Amino acid sequence: MKTRVIVTLKPGVLDPQGKAVHHALTGLGFGGVNDVRVGKIVELDLADGTEPAAIEDMCRKLLANTVIENFRIEQA
Amino acid sequence: MKAAVIVFPGSNCDRDLAVAFRDLTGHETVMVWHGETSLPEGLDIIGVPGGFSYGDYLRSGAMAARSPIMRAVADAAGKGIAVLGVCNGFQVLTETGLLPGALMRNAGLNFVCRDVDLTVGTSQTMFTSRYEDGESIVIPVAHHDGNYFADDATLDRLEGEGRVAFRYAGAVNGSARDIAGIVNDAGNVLGMMPHPERMIEGAHGRTDGRRLFEGLVGALS
Repeated sequence: MKTRVIVTLKPGVLDPQGKAVHHALTGLGFGGVNDVRVGKIVELDLADGTEPAAIEDMCRKLLANTVIENFRIEQA
Repeated sequence: MKAAVIVFPGSNCDRDLAVAFRDLTGHETVMVWHGETSLPEGLDIIGVPGGFSYGDYLRSGAMAARSPIMRAVADAAGKGIAVLGVCNGFQVLTETGLLPGALMRNAGLNFVCRDVDLTVGTSQTMFTSRYEDGESIVIPVAHHDGNYFADDATLDRLEGEGRVAFRYAGAVNGSARDIAGIVNDAGNVLGMMPHPERMIEGAHGRTDGRRLFEGLVGALS
């Protein structure tokens, strides 16, 4: 069972990497980019029947730092 | 007096910290590997050193915070044993929840490696008693992820309770309210990005970090 965890910085948390990427896109001539936020994707290959609560627990205990990050779980 | 330093794969300031403890306590520092599940008996001080534990995978300090020994460190901290986390050690302590907030990528995206001016936020901790409130000192930093973040309520609480041990005197990494080091609510856990162990003897150029270790050893004696 393939599952994706998408980790993003919480709104309001400054994202220096996103700002740098935004700047670089603008430098390449791409107009109309209002904002850029950089996150990460963790792909999990899980045993069939893994409880959603267990995946959420993995996110809270390790995959995301909920002080600064939000996470979203997607079945691939 | 007995001090231990935790060693993770990728720690690189563990020996510097061990030397600082040894010089001030007069006893050899015990090195404890991250895979251990318990600490030596009778410890007074635990050091969580700088470096790049687990290659900073996932987030700085994230993997180290979940290593077996950190459960023992958390238990020891709960019993009042002094814990000093420097640089990556500070990141590990926030990731374990022993200290509030998080250390994010430096606002300028650059790795910052230089001596920085600090202001002592409080002399009322077991770590800072040999400094004066508001004193200016110089301690080196060397980090990529030292940008301290916490929500406003947490920052207000840290300031209101006198738990900001050190602040940057100028812009360094974008830290909220220029925070360079904080203590936990019980006052026995200090996390700081600057490296006091790199400024303890004349050959280092200055000795501003030495008083931190003197104060700590003095408070525990």
